[in-house]
Amino acid sequence: MLLLSETGQFSTRYADDRRVFRLRQARLGIIALLAFSYLVVPLWASDYWLSAILIPFLVLSLAGLGLNLLTGYAGQLSLGTAAFMAVGAFAAYNFQLRVEGLPFLASFLLGGLVAAAAGVVFGLPSLRIKGFYLIVSTLAAQFLVEWALTKFGWFSNFNPSGVITAPPLSVLGVDLSSPAGRYLLTLAVVTVLFVVAVRIVRSDLGRNWMAVRDMDTAAAVIGIPVARTKLLAFAIGAFYCGVAGSLWAFAYLGTVEPHGFDLNRSFQVLFIVIIGGLGSILGNFLGAAFIVLLPLLMSNLGGSLLGGVIDPGDTENLQKILFGVLIILFLIREPEGLASLWRGLRARARVWPLRD
Amino acid sequence: MTASRFSPRRLAATFSLGLALASGAAFAANEQYFPLQSYRVGPYAAGGTGFFGGFIDYMQLINARDGGVNGVKLTWSECETEYVVEKGVECYERLKKGLNGAPAAATNPLSVGIAYATLERSTADKIPLITINHGRTDSTDGSVFPYVFPLQLNPYSEVSAIVNYIGQKAGGLDKLKGKKIVTLYHGSPYGKETIPILDILAKKYGFSVTHIEVPHPGTEQQSQWLNIRRIKPEWVILRGWGVMNPVALKTAAKTGFPADRVIGNIWSNSEDDAAPAGDAAKGFISITTHPAGTDFPVLKDIDKQVVKAGKGNLQDPKRFGNVYYNLGVVNGILNVEAVRIAQAKFGKRPLSGEEVRWGFEHLNIDNKRLQELGAVGLVQNLKLSCADHEGGGAVRFQQWDGARWKVISDWVQADRALLRPIIEKSAAAYAKEKGITPRNCAKEG
Repeated sequence: MLLLSETGQFSTRYADDRRVFRLRQARLGIIALLAFSYLVVPLWASDYWLSAILIPFLVLSLAGLGLNLLTGYAGQLSLGTAAFMAVGAFAAYNFQLRVEGLPFLASFLLGGLVAAAAGVVFGLPSLRIKGFYLIVSTLAAQFLVEWALTKFGWFSNFNPSGVITAPPLSVLGVDLSSPAGRYLLTLAVVTVLFVVAVRIVRSDLGRNWMAVRDMDTAAAVIGIPVARTKLLAFAIGAFYCGVAGSLWAFAYLGTVEPHGFDLNRSFQVLFIVIIGGLGSILGNFLGAAFIVLLPLLMSNLGGSLLGGVIDPGDTENLQKILFGVLIILFLIREPEGLASLWRGLRARARVWPLRD
Repeated sequence: MTASRFSPRRLAATFSLGLALASGAAFAANEQYFPLQSYRVGPYAAGGTGFFGGFIDYMQLINARDGGVNGVKLTWSECETEYVVEKGVECYERLKKGLNGAPAAATNPLSVGIAYATLERSTADKIPLITINHGRTDSTDGSVFPYVFPLQLNPYSEVSAIVNYIGQKAGGLDKLKGKKIVTLYHGSPYGKETIPILDILAKKYGFSVTHIEVPHPGTEQQSQWLNIRRIKPEWVILRGWGVMNPVALKTAAKTGFPADRVIGNIWSNSEDDAAPAGDAAKGFISITTHPAGTDFPVLKDIDKQVVKAGKGNLQDPKRFGNVYYNLGVVNGILNVEAVRIAQAKFGKRPLSGEEVRWGFEHLNIDNKRLQELGAVGLVQNLKLSCADHEGGGAVRFQQWDGARWKVISDWVQADRALLRPIIEKSAAAYAKEKGITPRNCAKEG
C-alpha cells in the first residue's frame, strides 16, 4: 500500500490544501477512472452490462446524491425522492413533447427545474417541523404526485394506460439510442452533476447546510438564514432527483409509468444513502453499488449454482434473506456507511505498514 | 478477375457454406431457448407460478413425448422479475443472448409494465415479445409493431366481447338501448386502458356506462358499491386485479348486488379471485380464453408424462389445471406452434428470434390442428397475419359455483371490425412519434 504514500508531497500554497483530492495518487486515480469509464467501458462492456447494470447504477447514484444533499448535508429527512424523480421525468417528457425543437438536454434541465420547484413547495413544512414529522409531510408529496400523474391524463399525453415512452435520444445530431450511447449520456450528466455537487458542499451554502443540520438554532444565532438554506436544500436536492428521474425514464427504461416511482423507489434511494454514508459524495456510488449490484450478483450466482436444485421461488427468497442479513451486518460493523469504511481503509493504507 | 470466379453457383455454394459454418458455430446445441422472465415471489406470485408452471410443463411434455420440436429440444431458464419493471428489463438483457448457444425464441414477461419497457428493445434485438391476453392494444397492428404479439385477446376485444355477451343475454345488441352498465376498475394504467372504448360502444348501442375507480390495492370498496346500488345497473363489469376482486364480490354481497350480474374480466377470472370471497362469489361470471380443467387431452398428457414422472413445476399439485396454469399451457402451445411453423419454412434447426417471429405471424390454429394438439375448447381458433397480431378475439364465459369454474358459453367474438380503425389510428400515431415506416402488409402476404 505504499501506493498511497504521501512522501514528497508538500503543500506550498493554501490552494493546494483546499483541493478536493489532495494526494497526487488520488488525482491520477480519478483521471484513470474517468478515462476508463468514458473510453474503455463503452467499447468493451456488453449490452447487458451497459443497459442493465451500469446505467441504473449511475442513475441511482445520482438520485442518492440528491437525497444526500438534502438529508446527509442539510439534515432534512425526506421520503419524497421518487416523487421528485417522477416530477422531473414527466416534466421533461412534456417539455420534449410540447416544445418543438427543444434540445434533449434542455428538457432534462427544465424537468429538473420543475422538480426543484416541487421540492420547494413540499419543503415549506420543513420551516416548522423536523425529523419524523417532516418525513410524514414529504410522504404526502409521494402520494400526491403519484395520484396526480395517474389522475390527469394531460401529464402522459392522454395515453390510455398512462405510460410515457421516450422520444428518440440524440444530442447535437448524434444518435445515442444504442446501449453505449445511453450509457455515455448518463455518465456525462452524472459526472457534471457530481462535480457541481462537490463544489456546492464545499461552498458557503454547503457549510450553511451542515450548520443547519447540526443545530439549526445555533445556525440562526450565527446569522445563517435558516429558511432560505433549508428551501435551497430542498430545491437543489429535488433538482438532482428530477434529473435522475429523467435519466431513469429516458436513458434507462425508455418508458415509465407513475407507479414506477412509488414509495419503494423512495425507500430504495434512502437505503442507498444510509448504506453508502450520510453526508458523503462517494457514499452514493458505494451505496448504489451495494443496492444495485449485490442483488444482481446474488441472483446470477443463485441461478447458476442452485438452478435446478431447488425451486426458483425459494432461491429468490434465500437471496432476499441473505441480502437483508448483509445489510444488518454492514450497519452493525459500520453504522456510518460504506463511505466511512472506505475512509478508514484509506487512512490505514496511508501509514501502512505502521499502525495508527 | 474473370467472370467464372463470380459464377452464381459458386457464390451460392460459398454463401451456404459460410451460413452453415456460422449457424453450426452458433447453434451447436440443437436446442431452442425460451428466456423466462418469471415471478414467483411478491404480490402476484399466484399468477406467476401458475402461468410459468404451465408453460414449463408444456415444454417438458414436448421434450418428453415428442423429443422436442422436430428433434430440436426446448430449453429454458428463469430470471425472477417480481413483476417489477426494471427487474424485468434486467432479466431481458441477461437472457436475450440465449443459453449455451441455443438462440432465444421469444420473451413472455406476462406484465404490462415490463412489456412496455422491453417493446423497443425487443424490436431492436429482433426477439418476438409475446403479451398473451394483455399488453398494448395498438400493437395488434403488426405493420407498425412487427415484433409484438398480443395473442388471442387485446384489452379492446375483451371489452367488446363482454358487451356482445350482455347483448346476447338481452336478446340482441339492439336491446341494449337504455340499459345501464357500471365498470369498476383498478386505479392503474391497466384498469383505465378500456375507458375510451367502452364510451364508444355505449354511444353506438345506446346504453349508459359509468366508470368507477377503485384505488390500488382495493381493500375498501364500500362507497363504490353504495354508489352502484344507487345507480342500479343491469351489469357490473369488474376490471380488477389481485385482492381487489374478492373484496369487490364480498362488498357486492353486503350491499345486496347479485353476484351473477357481475362479469369479471380476464384478470378477475381465476380461482384465487373467487374462492377467497366464499359464498359471496357463488354465481359470479367471468370471461376466459383458457377454461380451467384437467380433462383436455393435452393436460392429461402433461399429467401422465410430466407430473406423474415427478417433474411437474407446481409446488402445490392441487393447482394443476387451474386458470393461471392453463393460460401457461395455452401460451406454451402457441409459442411451440410458432416455432414449428417457422421450422417448416426455415428448416428443422434452432431458429433465431427473427425466424420465430415469422412463425408467430403465420400462426394458424384451426379445429383440425386443435384436435391434433388435444386442446379443443382450451384454445380458440387463431389466425395471425402481418396486419393482425392478435388473431382471435374470442372469449368464453364461466361461472363460479362456489368451488370451481363452470364454462357457461361457447366462444363469444369481439366486434373486431369496429375496433380495427381505432387501433390503426393509435398505431399510426405511435409510428409517427417514433419515426417508424409501417411495413406494407399487402406485399408481405
